Amino acid sequence: MLIAALNPQVVEITTRSLFISLSSAFFAAVICIPLGGFIEFRRFWGKGTLINAIHTLYSLPTVTVGLMVFLLISRSGPLGSLGLLFSPAGMILGQTILVSPIMTGLAITALAAVSPQIRDTAKSLGATEMQIIITVIKEARSGVMAAVILGFGRALSEVGVAMMIGGNIRGYTRVLTTSIALETSMGNLELSMALGIILISISLVINLLLNRIRGRWI
Amino acid sequence: MIKISLLLLALVVFCSSAYAAEGERLKLATTTSLHDTGLLDLIKEKFDAKYNVSLDVVSGGTGIAIQYGERGDVDVLIVHDKVREMKFIADGQGLERRCIAYNYFYIVGPKDDPAGVKGMNATQAFTTIMAKGKADSSKVKFVSRGDNSGTQAREILIWKKAGFNYTLVNNSGPWYIDAGQGMGATLNIANEMQAYTLSDMSTFMAYQGNLSLVSLIGGGNDLLNVYVAMAVNPKKHPNVNCVLANEFINYLVSNEGQDLIAGYGKDKYGKSLFSAARGNCTLIGCSDGECASPTNASCATA
Repeated sequence: MLIAALNPQVVEITTRSLFISLSSAFFAAVICIPLGGFIEFRRFWGKGTLINAIHTLYSLPTVTVGLMVFLLISRSGPLGSLGLLFSPAGMILGQTILVSPIMTGLAITALAAVSPQIRDTAKSLGATEMQIIITVIKEARSGVMAAVILGFGRALSEVGVAMMIGGNIRGYTRVLTTSIALETSMGNLELSMALGIILISISLVINLLLNRIRGRWI
Repeated sequence: MIKISLLLLALVVFCSSAYAAEGERLKLATTTSLHDTGLLDLIKEKFDAKYNVSLDVVSGGTGIAIQYGERGDVDVLIVHDKVREMKFIADGQGLERRCIAYNYFYIVGPKDDPAGVKGMNATQAFTTIMAKGKADSSKVKFVSRGDNSGTQAREILIWKKAGFNYTLVNNSGPWYIDAGQGMGATLNIANEMQAYTLSDMSTFMAYQGNLSLVSLIGGGNDLLNVYVAMAVNPKKHPNVNCVLANEFINYLVSNEGQDLIAGYGKDKYGKSLFSAARGNCTLIGCSDGECASPTNASCATA
């Protein structure tokens, strides 16, 4: 009934959740996909170790990222003067960091699957490194897209960073996951469940949307 | 690829349009009891409207709230642990203590009271629960917050007063359950396990509808629970919004603020969840200066 009635507060929390996780996914994609390209295409010392490290960070606990970012942007931390703690911007920063390893790692995997001939052909046609990376990313779009979707999903569903960096401030940093945690602790289990269903529905809609685009546009 | 990025960006812009223009913000770190009961939602509504600002409420135990204060991450605190409040002021982290409200901690437990503590005082009850719990932990259990909160600080204080070493209590067997959670979650655990726990009165009353636990002991000096507001010292943390923090504290101790606190919960629970500090200073162990007078603490940063 809550979902049907579209309680204004639920709408507001849902919109905020979307805004923060989409922003995080967007920034992470802008950084991680090219980064994945450079790591995949360049040969350098310690490359295997780096990739292993990235894979290990897939399982980075969200509360650990939350704590690291907290110490970083707390007023007493190195970036304290920016005043990012307990703000949506701080949450976006934290979630971007959280989803970066997954996006980078999956981008590398997707790019590695592209036939080396494409790379060689582009190179022989005189493409610069950046142009080669873009060409290969286009070839690997399915896998790259999966990386972005997974990153978005992790950002949308995580609670550690949102709670520690956002502080679950009503009307400012409260998102779906932190509401679920709060309402559950307060014993409002039906409301928690309803919020959970909204969260899953959003994820479904976004995935359908992105998959449709993948089929059509690219 | 570019189209996806554009789409993502468009979605982000669409969602960000939902953000209203931001006015001045005041960051308050508070103990969960004031937040989970909904009192601060009400205070926020009135305060925001009156001063045209936005009160941002971050809720946690007294331990983490004081941490936020010491790091300069919030402008003002509401907590309930006198020892740590005094230390906070003595360390130069906070300006002044202002007692704003009080009630009592309750020792709550199963209806049939298997340890038979009803009618005892707090220290007797703890001693009895421990003895019976050690004898048969399937019948008598105690759930502790275990989260460094003001309520846990009081629990430890009562163990001390009863003559026990808290570390030993904490490790003395399966009857003692260290939950590591907030008050609401701890009450739910105690309810599921049919165990005893120490709860602030307001959270217990707000949760009572979902619980089969009953309040067995509530009253007496050992269980007195005083809520205190403190502004973070701008000398230590020049970035804090000290002027607005003082305004907020003054609002809390004003007649309007005290009436809000004293009346909260009457319609819903048939009884106020908190009592106003106004007029009860001596009773709750606050000096006249710490209670119901506007703060004139200096906001000078140097």
